[in-house]
Amino acid sequence: MTAVLELRRVSKIYGSGPTEVRALSEVDLAVHVGELVAIMGPSGSGKSTLLTIAGGLEEATSGDVLVRGSALSAKSRNERARMRRRSIGYVFQDFNLLAGLTAVENVALPLELDGVGARAAYTIGQEALEELGLADRTARYPDELSGGESQRVAIARAVVGDRQVLLADEPTGALDSVNGESVMRLLRAACRRGVAGVIVTHDAQLASWADRVVFLRDGRVVDQTTAPASPESILEIGPRP
Amino acid sequence: MSVRHALLALLSEGPMYGLQLQQEFESRTGEVWPLNVGQVYTTLQRLERDGLVESEGADGDGPQKGFRITPAGSDELADWLRTPPDSVIPPRDELVIKVLVGLRLPGIDIHDIMQAHRRHLVESMQRYTHLKAEASDRDIGLALVVDAEIFRLEGIIRWLDAADARLKRFPSTGTDEVAETRRPRRRVGVRR
Repeated sequence: MTAVLELRRVSKIYGSGPTEVRALSEVDLAVHVGELVAIMGPSGSGKSTLLTIAGGLEEATSGDVLVRGSALSAKSRNERARMRRRSIGYVFQDFNLLAGLTAVENVALPLELDGVGARAAYTIGQEALEELGLADRTARYPDELSGGESQRVAIARAVVGDRQVLLADEPTGALDSVNGESVMRLLRAACRRGVAGVIVTHDAQLASWADRVVFLRDGRVVDQTTAPASPESILEIGPRP
Repeated sequence: MSVRHALLALLSEGPMYGLQLQQEFESRTGEVWPLNVGQVYTTLQRLERDGLVESEGADGDGPQKGFRITPAGSDELADWLRTPPDSVIPPRDELVIKVLVGLRLPGIDIHDIMQAHRRHLVESMQRYTHLKAEASDRDIGLALVVDAEIFRLEGIIRWLDAADARLKRFPSTGTDEVAETRRPRRRVGVRR
């Protein structure tokens, strides 16, 4: 099975000489369709750098990022920008919604930038919001939405259209536990529908929603979880009549 | 987990048979805590001996024997609900001991040891979270039990993370250089 997103020996070095900082060292990572992977590590472990490089927002010093088997580094600037817009969705801790646009306009914007007609983009945006339980919030502006609602709008924006990769940086950081949980349910469901998802977090609870947890320390992958046994296996602990 | 008080709580809603009690207990805890029916019957016998429940219909010990809570049982239940769980005295935590021991053993990378435990804990959390993810969010019993376990595991992982950071700032030399400055020791009760 080809990975939707693949990092091959990715390293990132900031600065040079005595001020050189090695943010990532030869990171390998493959994420398949339908899979949600969490990158877990403390502050300064390189998590956010990994995510921005995976999303083509920043270039690796060495190594390759491949989306559906084709290397980002082999593409022209324009092609890369188009791939970022079309194939990759981002969810940030602080939502990053555009304040002057309504919820549905925020969701429709990336489609319109990509050449979809305004009316069609609006309809698709409307549907995406309805799917996330926001049918009655489509005409609201970001400052009229709660934190949980804003993050759901951001998720709708990230998965709308033909996205193949979903990248999230501490997506529940600003939310309480109930809203955080519903955001994670939605991200998980989005991946199940055929997207490869990566979340980066320092939070074990958030990471535990993922199918696989990769541990990052000082820019290196040091460990990862094996596929967890089916949830039912917990129920078999202890004596049964 | 006090099976004794869980059974009293169920009986406070009305008389039940042993098998019914077992099924109710499991369904209300999201079936995360399996309960042996044999354990239900031995617990009921003890509760009856102590006068906290009484059996209905005196004929035999068959599965159709019903139980009801007594006024003394209701008092016991009310007391128990307000009694703080035994969490004041720190338990002798096996993981803490392993890390303390590992710190002093030559040739052991304590961060590797801690990572092995972290991975294991995260895998357990994944199993519980996925159980919750696949259940309806209206299954309150399951969510409460699973959340409790997830928060407990998260607490241990946070301790590991804090310990990791602490050891990075002050790597252990393997000798007890601060032991002398630590006296006199405060006595903290430790559960054996």
